[in-house]
Amino acid sequence: MHTPIALLLELGIILAVLSLLGTVARRFALSPVPLYLLAGLALGDGGLAPVPAARDFVDTGAAIGVILLLLVLGLDFTVREFTVSLRRHRSSAVIDLVLNAAPGAVAGWLLGLDAGGILALAGATYVSSSGIVARLLGDLRRLGNRETPAVLSVLVVEDFVMAAYLPLLAVVASGGTWWQALLAVAAAMTAVTAAIAVSWRWSQHVGRILSHPDAEQVLLRVLGITLIVAALAEIIHVSAAVGAFLIGLALTGTAADRARAVLSPLRDLFAAVFFLALGLTVDPGDLLPMLPAAAALAVVTAATKVAAGWYAARREGAGRRGRLRAGTALIARGEFSVVIIGLAAPAQGRLAALVTTYVMLLAVCGPVLTRFAPTRQAAPRPPAPRDRAGGRPPHEVSAAGPLPAPPRPGSGRDAAGPD
Amino acid sequence: MDVNEVLLPGVGLRYEFVNHEGDRIGVVAQRSGDFELVVYPGDDPDEAHPILRLTSQEADTLAEILGAPRIAERFADLTREVPGLSAGQVEVRPGSPFADRALGDTRARTRTGASIVAIVRGEDVIASPGPGQTLRAGDILVVIGTREGIAGVQRIVQG
Repeated sequence: MHTPIALLLELGIILAVLSLLGTVARRFALSPVPLYLLAGLALGDGGLAPVPAARDFVDTGAAIGVILLLLVLGLDFTVREFTVSLRRHRSSAVIDLVLNAAPGAVAGWLLGLDAGGILALAGATYVSSSGIVARLLGDLRRLGNRETPAVLSVLVVEDFVMAAYLPLLAVVASGGTWWQALLAVAAAMTAVTAAIAVSWRWSQHVGRILSHPDAEQVLLRVLGITLIVAALAEIIHVSAAVGAFLIGLALTGTAADRARAVLSPLRDLFAAVFFLALGLTVDPGDLLPMLPAAAALAVVTAATKVAAGWYAARREGAGRRGRLRAGTALIARGEFSVVIIGLAAPAQGRLAALVTTYVMLLAVCGPVLTRFAPTRQAAPRPPAPRDRAGGRPPHEVSAAGPLPAPPRPGSGRDAAGPD
Repeated sequence: MDVNEVLLPGVGLRYEFVNHEGDRIGVVAQRSGDFELVVYPGDDPDEAHPILRLTSQEADTLAEILGAPRIAERFADLTREVPGLSAGQVEVRPGSPFADRALGDTRARTRTGASIVAIVRGEDVIASPGPGQTLRAGDILVVIGTREGIAGVQRIVQG
């Protein structure tokens, strides 16, 4: 087999650079997404260092990246969480949708975009980044706070709205007629309902097909089925990403836990490639003219997100500080806005530049604002380093070992039951 | 004691209770298996004061330390002391859907409330099997729980 040296070298350098950027971002408790986009800009046409040999791989990897992003997102959510969220926060979800989609739609109209462009921009300003926000709340140690369930409920509903929105966008952006779009949404909704029914009634059987003691088997089966379903979804003009999301929703319980554990590293790799690829398609020269519009849009939609979060947290009975914390937590936009542009961009060069700038602004400013939102106690401690393997002095090892044996076999240690 | 359960969509669950001294205590059980312990200053659950974070392994160790002495003392007479609690045996038959699969796959405790405390395999006894323990045809599972719970485990394991 011929080894493509240029491809290996370019890809290796790209991954090493991404790792460096990721470390820098994590150091400041920020999302690496905007840095990956910047890296893509630097590598693309008109950038500093073009990478012709790795381009094909990055393009293919980006397609897989979207599918993995949505698959793992679907794995993360359960139907119960969705129904509970919707019951408690139906009005918050409506307010969130109206307040945050409207500025995007108006901006799209002012910029003279077509229906697909307006719809895409409305979606990009509507959807917060559940990935960034959930991680941020954990890092800032706010999972115990009263406003947190409200924030997470809004995110869950947003992510489910995406399941109906993405097929709609896919059709409208490709110039389809309105009845085609409605048909696609109906098909997607039917598929969502079917996926939920399947996971509800036959979760044991679905789990049995896809679970295996061997991690390799789980990876191959889940990924294989997901790619097939994604391709089928693309054939019937429902976006491949939505097909992947459905597979994620259909998998529940232990099967979902296994799949998430096996797929997450792969998702991280290909998602990084996806953000990189989006940066590649945008000419850095187009960004600067878009900066004023993006900044204005960012300011307006940051304010509307704060209002939506304020309302949701008030429904949970949180005080003023809590409401402000909830509002600022929702500001961050990220992977989903980028996915939306990935779907709509081929037809809309200007839109991609606008949303890329917008996401870069808010993915950086959102977490910073959240961090400095008012709390009573002193600033939270930075997250402890997770990886302490090998760093443990020998005398501590015994502390991690089992306790002295209980008097009889099987007595005690109930905690090690079959869960 | 009342334990309040709060759903954290996409993240996990939070349990809240007030101890005998009036401290409001929260335990965040994350889907990843990690735990976070918080207290709420005063009576206001708005702002949690973080105490510590535990990996699932550390949480197990803590639970053992807190629960072990009591459980070890009482377990022997548990089935006699507690009305409604009993011990039973469930055989993994050759046709069982869980033969050659991990014990955790049965999700028996989650679904029935009954715990599998030991596996008898021929001459051997596997005490306190973990969720990763593979079941084999012919194993006898020792189950502790309510009568319905044990019957439920039987239904699950024998398919």
